[in-house]
Amino acid sequence: MAIDTICSELTPIFQDVFDEDDVVVTPALTAADVDEWDSLSHIRLVVAIEAHYGLSFTSAEMAGLRDCGELAAVIARKTGRA
Amino acid sequence: MAFDPTALPWLPPPPTDLRARARAVDGDDRGRALQQLATSRLDLSGVRHVAKAVKRALDDGAFAPLRRVDLAILAGSTVDLMKDSIVAGGARHGVAVAVHGVPFGQVQQELLDPTSALRRSPADVVLLMLDHRALPAHGDPATPHPGSAEVLDLVDQARAALAGRTLVLATMPAPPVRRFGGLDPALPGTPAAAVAVINPGIAARAASWGAPLLDLASVAAEAGTARWHDAAHYHLHKLPFAPDLGPWVGDHVGRLLGALRGAARKCLVLDLDNTCWGGVIGDDGLEGIEIGPGTGLGEAHAALQRYALDLRARGVVLAVCSKNDDANARQPFREHPDMLLREEHIAVFQANWRDKASNLVAIARTLNIGTDALVFVDDNPVERAIVREHLPEVAVPELPDDPSGYVATVAGGGWFEAVAWSAQDGARADQYRANAQRATLQEQVADLDSFHRSLEMRIRFAPFDGVGRPRIAQLIGRSNQFNLTTRRYTAEQIAAMEQDPDVVTLQVRLTDRFGDNGMIAALIGRVAGAALEIDTWLMSCRVLGRRVEEATLAELVRLGRERGLSHLVGRWIPSGRNGLVEHHYDKLGFEGAGVDREHTLWRLDLDRHEPGDLPFAVER
Repeated sequence: MAIDTICSELTPIFQDVFDEDDVVVTPALTAADVDEWDSLSHIRLVVAIEAHYGLSFTSAEMAGLRDCGELAAVIARKTGRA
Repeated sequence: MAFDPTALPWLPPPPTDLRARARAVDGDDRGRALQQLATSRLDLSGVRHVAKAVKRALDDGAFAPLRRVDLAILAGSTVDLMKDSIVAGGARHGVAVAVHGVPFGQVQQELLDPTSALRRSPADVVLLMLDHRALPAHGDPATPHPGSAEVLDLVDQARAALAGRTLVLATMPAPPVRRFGGLDPALPGTPAAAVAVINPGIAARAASWGAPLLDLASVAAEAGTARWHDAAHYHLHKLPFAPDLGPWVGDHVGRLLGALRGAARKCLVLDLDNTCWGGVIGDDGLEGIEIGPGTGLGEAHAALQRYALDLRARGVVLAVCSKNDDANARQPFREHPDMLLREEHIAVFQANWRDKASNLVAIARTLNIGTDALVFVDDNPVERAIVREHLPEVAVPELPDDPSGYVATVAGGGWFEAVAWSAQDGARADQYRANAQRATLQEQVADLDSFHRSLEMRIRFAPFDGVGRPRIAQLIGRSNQFNLTTRRYTAEQIAAMEQDPDVVTLQVRLTDRFGDNGMIAALIGRVAGAALEIDTWLMSCRVLGRRVEEATLAELVRLGRERGLSHLVGRWIPSGRNGLVEHHYDKLGFEGAGVDREHTLWRLDLDRHEPGDLPFAVER
């Protein structure tokens, strides 16, 4: 399904942004699970995802995501894969 | 896609394993490796990887030959996200930047409180960066905006409080929203009018104080005001501009810090064919090259020459590095009426057939500057790759396919950034009295064999055919330099050869990892008894030095053996323009077989030929 596909697409982006080879994106993954995931890295992540998918997040989306499942759902919706 | 400077199009893409390489940078003097990694089209994650490696090098005191800068940024908005971009931009431009934290949004407190983080910071360079949000609210459009006096006063306070440190002033980008519309600049109370007062005030202070100026207003304008201001990111994170512009803004800060430490480039080295003019002087001749008014292409190349002259007028030294015969290369400079560049503008003029890395070393040595002071402009991606590989400290901009983009691309790189200028600087280029001299080549710097293999070249041989015929006819009609006999044939004659059982024809195409070079050589052989006489052998000079001749000979030998022939006969007919190939057959292992009029004749026995290990995948 789209969420799992998107999570696997996100994995290399996360590995690059957080400079962490072992991170694997799953719907349950949250900022608390990744050492480098602070507010600055979050912006880097948003920019990298926006560039990868050619989309842009709204303020509410950037601020309101609780886990990677929600992130993938937003991407699925914005890329017409929901 | 239009030219987008924010994507750093003058830099090559980063290596795919950038992160691993950044982590692996180690040893005593890591500066060159850091600079090489930073000299790529880094995104917001990429600058972070490089910045981490720079920080490690600073911690270990192992950043040489980069020069250290201790920087603090005093700003109204949060600049945390900019730091890595500045560090990467700095490494690209020759400095290892340590950024010292200062709280944002408290400019006045930081300046005035002697115990503030800024006042106690070891930073010797302070960047003061204010945006329109520093302007107070002002309701009356008809009276001057008080914000302009307040901001300029703050700048004056900064200078007083930071005496003894280098204060870098930044101009203020245009505000994103207009109050009236087109009327804004006409009303002294609008923010737009305030900015229009502030920026000249900042520039005047920079000039009179000798302070480095970061013209952020121009940077924002180049990106586009609508793209620069990102309301969502400002509201959420107080970012002063759109975060994806970070690497580009960081490059501007980096080039300024580099210039401040004397690391700006000093010399622009230009390739000639298809860089300074359109076409190939050795093949197309003085009448055939495109330069100057009349064609768009000629105008585009003239624009690059004009840019080079403008640089020279401010003190940048000009040099030439071209694969050409010296006399051919100099002819347009002496005789073409539309050339803007003349020999007297060129401090060192290197036109020969040796590799360009060796020539660049010779140029730097002659000028008594480092190779890290050179910017090398060449339309040929393979030459650029060779130089980047062997002399990573030379700045080598990527160029767009369209020469119209050359000036914006070369200028965009910011390698000639200056923090001050005086009339003496302008005279500097003249002081390199060695005008248009040639430098002495020393040892060859390039390990060409491993480079050839890294090109992943595929060479394709085929007999002449209808599809290739127009290009074959063009090569036969035009090629002068790498042309053994300069025999011209019409398309009809060429078509007839395709049917002639006693004629062997060969068209050669070359592809490498930079793309398709198209058809690069054409040969015609005539069977005469047991011999294959080489009637025509010509090749594009663009692929010289890549062992294409040897691969072509191996194919010719194969074809001769297939027909049961015993030997090849080669002939060099001097044309006045093909001195390049006078020793062609000699170098390929042919034996001299006498002289016929002024022609030289050569012979190779087919059973004596050993092709050797060539760096090509062959396709037929």
